[in-house]
Amino acid sequence: MATEIIIHDQKDNVGVVVIEKITPKQECTCWIMENDSSTSIQSKDEIPLGHKIAMNDLNEGDTILKYGHDIGKVVKSIKKGEHVHVHNVKTKKW
Amino acid sequence: MEIPKSFLGYKRENGRSGTRNHVIILPVDDISNACAEAVSNNIKGTIALPHSYGRLQFGADLELHFRTMIGTGSNPNVAAVIVIGIEPKWTKKIVDGIAKTGKPVEGFHIERTGDIGTVMKASKKAQEFVMWASEKQREECPISDLWISVKCGESDTTSGLASNPTVGNLMDKLEPLGVHLCFGETSELTGAEKVCATRGATKEASDKFMKTWSAYNDFILKEATDDLSESQPTAGNIAGGLTTIEEKAFGNFQKIGNCKFVDVLEPAEEPKKGKGLYFMDTSSAAAECVTLQAAAGFNIHLFPTGQGNIVGNPIEPVVKLTANPLTAKSMSEHVDCDVSKILSREMNLSEAGDKLIETTLRVANGRLTCAEALGHKEFVMTKLYRSA
Repeated sequence: MATEIIIHDQKDNVGVVVIEKITPKQECTCWIMENDSSTSIQSKDEIPLGHKIAMNDLNEGDTILKYGHDIGKVVKSIKKGEHVHVHNVKTKKW
Repeated sequence: MEIPKSFLGYKRENGRSGTRNHVIILPVDDISNACAEAVSNNIKGTIALPHSYGRLQFGADLELHFRTMIGTGSNPNVAAVIVIGIEPKWTKKIVDGIAKTGKPVEGFHIERTGDIGTVMKASKKAQEFVMWASEKQREECPISDLWISVKCGESDTTSGLASNPTVGNLMDKLEPLGVHLCFGETSELTGAEKVCATRGATKEASDKFMKTWSAYNDFILKEATDDLSESQPTAGNIAGGLTTIEEKAFGNFQKIGNCKFVDVLEPAEEPKKGKGLYFMDTSSAAAECVTLQAAAGFNIHLFPTGQGNIVGNPIEPVVKLTANPLTAKSMSEHVDCDVSKILSREMNLSEAGDKLIETTLRVANGRLTCAEALGHKEFVMTKLYRSA
């Protein structure tokens, strides 16, 4: 089954692009690995392979969940379907 | 998939089982490498394990040296051992340590004899050992005799996405069958350390993990000139889509599946608390980590890679898997198990785990790994600090 995005854990609010890139307004199929189920999302940005897409609207201060775990905080609000990376998410470590 | 209950291994005197039947020529120190290599060149079917250290070490660093030497000789993948050192005392200490397993071992020291005389005497013994070992047959061994170590390298986003979770799936399936498992890479768990600590099977194990990780972190903070945000994740990691150190650490952490660790081991320390998963305090450098795990007695290694690490080990077969389709294609001679179909959803995680179990058992039964066929024998001692 064609899949553009993989989500590790049901709880995750981001997915990872697994094709060369997705383009704005692309309808994407997402595979939730944990329970082998599917969902879909429309992208807002161009996002390259290995990079993350927001599965929900996220506000400043929200926690990003990947693998079901806290991987950092939102530092600039993110809309569902937008690219999630170093420009809008930072570590909580330092 | 029905998991086989046994594999074909070599039964050793101390009750352990090997997946290989090596006769090794083990130099105690750097200056004995030439002698050890000459013996292995004389006697076909033996392997020398040259390395860079063993003189003027002291304290915990010297203890680690002896633990690695004795552990390597004691590994069940080794049938018999020739130990060669410059002087008698340390040579004997290593011989005595290995002899506790009951396997044939003999030591030779070079002082007062010289290289040529030592090579002659050691070669005669090595010939006897290798011809004896060549008659050993593989026998049916319970799957619980597998001691599986894991470590990933040259990771990219496909590692956290698919190849590391594949190893985790294998652990979840094999742990209930009574195998020993081991993960390490203290530094690479930074960012996931609190969650990792909760995976201790007991409070003692969790506390021991936090103590080990904190000691490492204190060392980093002492040496660091900035907050590491410039170097972790690396520029390459960021280009590949990794945003934070936590994200990188949790990708690494996928290798242990849902297992809990029963104890925390010193580098090269043999597990003593029975079956199950162990955490070992190791460097994240591939050859150092695998060398330590082999010295702790692990008899088969699983190595997920993204961009294509090519490491091997002289005594512990290293099974490579990758989920990166480009690596699987462009470096196919290094890939024992291709799970890249996960990314296209032509394979789910459980199917990938089954495929890896199948590959692991074939290698345990004797199939050469890519790294073995290509001659990768990286034996790298971990050194804690400079010598006296």
